[in-house]
Amino acid sequence: FGKMLTSITNVLRASAVVMSARTYADFTSQATFEIKKCDLHKLEEGPATQVVMTRDEGLQYYRVMQTMRRMELKADQLYKQKIIRGFCHLYDGQCYIEPNACAVGIEASINLTDHLITAYRAHGYTYTRGGTVKEIMAELTGRRGGIAKGKGGSMHMYCKHFYGGNGIVGAQVPLGAGVALACKYQGNNELCVCLYGDGAANQGQIFETYNMAALWKLPVIFICENNRYGMGTSVERAAASTDYYKRGEFIPGLRVDGMDVLCVREAARFAADHCRSGKGPILMELQTYRYHGHSMSDPGVSYRTREEIQEVRSKSDPISMLKDRLLSNNMASVEELKEIDVEVRKEIEDAAQYATTDPEPPLEELCNHIFSNNPPLEVRGTNPWAKLKSVS
Amino acid sequence: MATSLRSLLRSGKNAVFLVARRGFQRSAPAGVQVTVRDALNQAMDEELERDERVFLMGEEVAQYDGAYKVSRGLWKKYGDKRIIDTPISEMGFAGIAVGAAMAGLRPICEFMTFNFSMQAIDQVINSAAKTYYMSAGLQPVPIVFRGPNGASAGVAAQHSQCFAAWYAHCPGLKVVSPWNSEDAKGLLKSAIRDDNPVVFLENELMYGVPFEMSEDSQSKDFTIPIGKAKIERQGNHVTLVSHSRFVGHCLDAAAVLAKEGIECEVINLRTIRPMDVESIETSVMKTNHLVTVEGGWPQFGVGAEICARVMEGSAFNFLDAPVTRVTGVDIPMPYAKILEDHSLPQVKDIIFSVKKTLNV
Repeated sequence: FGKMLTSITNVLRASAVVMSARTYADFTSQATFEIKKCDLHKLEEGPATQVVMTRDEGLQYYRVMQTMRRMELKADQLYKQKIIRGFCHLYDGQCYIEPNACAVGIEASINLTDHLITAYRAHGYTYTRGGTVKEIMAELTGRRGGIAKGKGGSMHMYCKHFYGGNGIVGAQVPLGAGVALACKYQGNNELCVCLYGDGAANQGQIFETYNMAALWKLPVIFICENNRYGMGTSVERAAASTDYYKRGEFIPGLRVDGMDVLCVREAARFAADHCRSGKGPILMELQTYRYHGHSMSDPGVSYRTREEIQEVRSKSDPISMLKDRLLSNNMASVEELKEIDVEVRKEIEDAAQYATTDPEPPLEELCNHIFSNNPPLEVRGTNPWAKLKSVS
Repeated sequence: MATSLRSLLRSGKNAVFLVARRGFQRSAPAGVQVTVRDALNQAMDEELERDERVFLMGEEVAQYDGAYKVSRGLWKKYGDKRIIDTPISEMGFAGIAVGAAMAGLRPICEFMTFNFSMQAIDQVINSAAKTYYMSAGLQPVPIVFRGPNGASAGVAAQHSQCFAAWYAHCPGLKVVSPWNSEDAKGLLKSAIRDDNPVVFLENELMYGVPFEMSEDSQSKDFTIPIGKAKIERQGNHVTLVSHSRFVGHCLDAAAVLAKEGIECEVINLRTIRPMDVESIETSVMKTNHLVTVEGGWPQFGVGAEICARVMEGSAFNFLDAPVTRVTGVDIPMPYAKILEDHSLPQVKDIIFSVKKTLNV
């Protein structure tokens, strides 16, 4: 009685079920999992390695990850059809393997009242922070129903307590610390999760930010999503030290398996506790992988091999990992997960339909939103006779 | 290949210059078609070969062949020492490039776009531009900062800014803005040979556009002087002055206006600083009407400077109407296509402005 199910033949690296509570209901309501230990920097102890995931949590993570993946794949399709223009930095490669797990794991450990900021690979985070698939996709297609009314595009999506979507590599890091400063200043016990990539990790402004965040004990969780490539440059060619979790030097750090949603969640919980207890900033490095190229214009195979990509895809996919855990612990059925897949697919299709049929923003709104809380002003158009109107 | 094809399609509006792209050959007969990208590539290749002190540094310039493939093949040919991939550290590597220039090398420092140069602008202005003056002639800084400038297509507010006015504001800098392939090649070679800091503003949408290049321009010693504008089209009724991509728009507008009997003289500035005001004045003294066209914002911009200079000089009395500036709309660049299209001068805006200026 209470023995684990035998269908675990496909191996997930460090996840073995220790015990499960059987009920008379169809499914196990929760199970305990052993997860990978984190590498620590300036920390005596790290996050728990035995963690509990409930059935409800598991199903929710699954749904969110599938939604993000499908959304990014749909964006990929629309970009190839030229319905999405400009840059399209998909979170799928990242989300696919890690960021997918990253965004979900992080959001599972903080509150919606906390704050989050990231760089330009932001579609997934916009979703986990509260944006709907519809408004995200309509933003990508540049329509009036987009989350930024079509004015921002892929790289500039915002919602409550989510500060984008930032196009300039590294700039979001001081911004994140600033948000944390405001939290401390206002004494609201909120914190800021501030994400950047391995490429951005070599930006000077990040080190300036580390210094001030540590000096002033700001409640900020710096998270480096290390997907091993900064556009076309591998980490070895860009960084003298690739131990990104140590580069905060005097800031304690964790190196986390970013492919495993439970690892990310535990680490983020640990980090959040650290911040909220007034200890100041903490740094997490999430080891992830980017399936696709840097952006849609990069096939992603000129600087790495297809074999490498395939290997990561087959061995470490976070959605597969989660699925296996749920199924092998009788926490969900194949049919149930399939049903979620069908629902997700429909949601994405509906959103894509909306995103391709919603009208473009009206020209009358071209000049709006220059200033906040300001009387209407006149804006010069392309020639001196074009006097356009701008309201806040 | 895909990138240049995409750029080609995006700049499809410039139908005049959209011809099938043929392969480029080194010692080709006169009148060969060369894209702006290849012209820039040739310029760098030739200068790297000519002078050992020249080297290229920037993000993805080496093993990736360049973010926009402008430096394609150079790393393969010249290796790690001459073609250097940098981390994403603009302020740092711009400073490093300036330091190298101070110590006797001739760096080409690439910014993936000039939007990212804002992070490094202190090094460009304070370390590069002002040093020869501050040292009373002791310390030259022979460096070229190059990369795409201005709007692209659908890349939104943080990736679409034009920096011509920003850099041209500063004494000690030369600021160059080529339009076609000959401009690109000749001016880049001059910039690299110049002993002063040169900001070289390219345009992403022009990279894939092919132009016919003269036989002269095939020579390894072909250069175009910095500081001299070019009359691309002669005309008597109105002078159009522009730089970079919008020169093409002006020529398109001129073609349409010619059908209505309005002959435009189109001047391609080629260099923003030092500006060839004399060419503008000579033209205005002939046509009596002036319209400036640029992609950048109106306030304190290139057009504003042209207005001021013309007003201060001998051509003022020849004007039959105030100078008209055609510029980008005074807003951050929106993403949605319809909004973006209306944020930049279109050919019809130029035509409209010419007619208003001529009062027809």
